[in-house]
Amino acid sequence: MSEEPLFDPSLKKRKKKQVAFSEDPLGADADPTTPAPTTIDNVTTNGDTVDMGPTTMHEQMMQNVSIDDDASKVDEYPMLVDLKKKKKKKDIPMDLPEEESGTSTPISAPAGAEDLDFSDLKKKKKTSKKKAALDMEAFEKELNEAKAKEGDGEDVDGAPIDEIDEAELGEDPFARGAEVPSVDAGGEAWLSSDRDYTYAELLRRFYAQLHASNPALLNTAGKRHTLAPPQLMREGNKKTVFANVADICKRMHRQPEHTIQFMFAELGTTGSIDGSGRLVIRGKFSQAQIENVLRRYIVEYVTCKTCKSPDTLLVKENRIFFVACESCGSRRSVNAIKTGFQAQVGRRSKNKTG
Amino acid sequence: MNVQNLATFDPFADEGEAVNTQDVGSQQNYIHIRIQQRNGRKTLTTLQGLPKEYDAKKLLKAFKKEFACNGTLVDDEEAGQVIQLQGDQRTKILNFLVEEGLPKNTIKVHGF
Repeated sequence: MSEEPLFDPSLKKRKKKQVAFSEDPLGADADPTTPAPTTIDNVTTNGDTVDMGPTTMHEQMMQNVSIDDDASKVDEYPMLVDLKKKKKKKDIPMDLPEEESGTSTPISAPAGAEDLDFSDLKKKKKTSKKKAALDMEAFEKELNEAKAKEGDGEDVDGAPIDEIDEAELGEDPFARGAEVPSVDAGGEAWLSSDRDYTYAELLRRFYAQLHASNPALLNTAGKRHTLAPPQLMREGNKKTVFANVADICKRMHRQPEHTIQFMFAELGTTGSIDGSGRLVIRGKFSQAQIENVLRRYIVEYVTCKTCKSPDTLLVKENRIFFVACESCGSRRSVNAIKTGFQAQVGRRSKNKTG
Repeated sequence: MNVQNLATFDPFADEGEAVNTQDVGSQQNYIHIRIQQRNGRKTLTTLQGLPKEYDAKKLLKAFKKEFACNGTLVDDEEAGQVIQLQGDQRTKILNFLVEEGLPKNTIKVHGF
C-alpha cells in the first residue's frame, strides 16, 4: 500500500533528471559550460598526437588511423575500424551499447529530450552535436588510455569495475582477435571466462536483445515529435504577442487554457487572448525564453514519465489533474499550477488590495 | 493511484516529485525561486518556501552580501516569509543553496 508511492517517485525522478536537465531550465546558462570542455579536450587530445588539424570527427578519425598506420601498430587497427563503423551509424541506438555505458547514457538521454523539441532551431542542434562530439572525444581519450595501458602493462585482465570497458575493448591483444566478433554480436564475454558479468555488460546484452527482437523501436527513435517554434512579436513596448499558441497547444493535445495558465505562472505575469486567438503577454519576452517555458511545460505535463512518449491525455478528476499515457497506459497525477508569491510591482495605488 | 489523505508522517517528504501522500494537488516542501519582470529590463527574484530551520533574515543578509544586491523580507499570508532580491539572482541563489548543502531536487527554479 504505502510501498508503491514511496518507491515510485525516486524512479520517476531519475528518469526526469536524465531528460530534463541536459538542456532544460536555464539551458542558456548551462550551455557555455558544456562546449568549453570540448575545446579543451580538443587541444589536449590532439596536442600530443595531431596538431590543430581536424575539425570534424571523421577527419580526426582518419588522421588517427593514418598515424597509427605510420606507427605500424597493426594491433590497434581493427579496433579503429570498428570504431569508424560505429560512428557512421551513430544515431542508431543499437550500437550505443557497444560504447562504454558512461557515454551511452548521455547520448540517448538528450535524444529522448529532443524528441518533441523545436528541432528546426539551430542552437539546439549545435549543442547536441557538440555533446556528441564531446562524447566521442571522451571515448577516444579512453581508447588512448587503454592503448597506453596495453603498451606498458600488457595485462589488464583483472580490471576493476570502472575500467571494465577499457578492459573489454582492449584486453590483451591475443584474446581480442578471437573476441571481436562476440563483442559485436552482443558481448557475452563472461561466458568464455570464469568471472562474473558486470552491470554494463548485462545492460548491453539487454539492449542488443531488445533491438534485435523488436526493430520497430529503432524506427520510432528516428521519428521525432516536433513543434513549431513559438512566434513572438512585440506589441508596443510592454507587451509580447505569442501568435501560434493555439497551434502549439493543438499539437501537444492540451487545452490552451492550461498551457497559458502555466506560462503565466512561470513567467510571473498576466495577459489575455485577443480576437484572432493570439496570446498577449504583459512584459518583454524573447522567443528563447518562451521556448524554455514551453519545454518545461512539456516535460512536466506532456511527456509520459514512464515511456517518454508525448501521446498523453490530461484529465481532471476531483480537482486533480492526471496525465494518462496513450502508448504505455501509465497514469500519474501532476501538480496543479500555482502562481506562488507575487511581489508588488508597479504603483500601489493601482492595486485595489494594497 | 492511491491517495493517502490521512498519512501524517512522510519519511520521503523531502524526496520531492509527486509524492502521493498529502493531498496530491499541493506542491509541498519545494523551495521556489521565481523571477518577476519590473519596468524596463529590471527584474525581481523571489525565494519562497524556505524550510523553517533556516533563518530567513540571516540568509537574506548573506544573499545581499554575496550577490551585491538589495533585498527585503516580505511576509505573505500564504507563502510565509519570502525573500525578495533585486535583479535576476536565480542561478546564484540556486548555487548558493546547493553549496550550503540543500538538496538540489527540493529547489525549483521558475521563470524563463
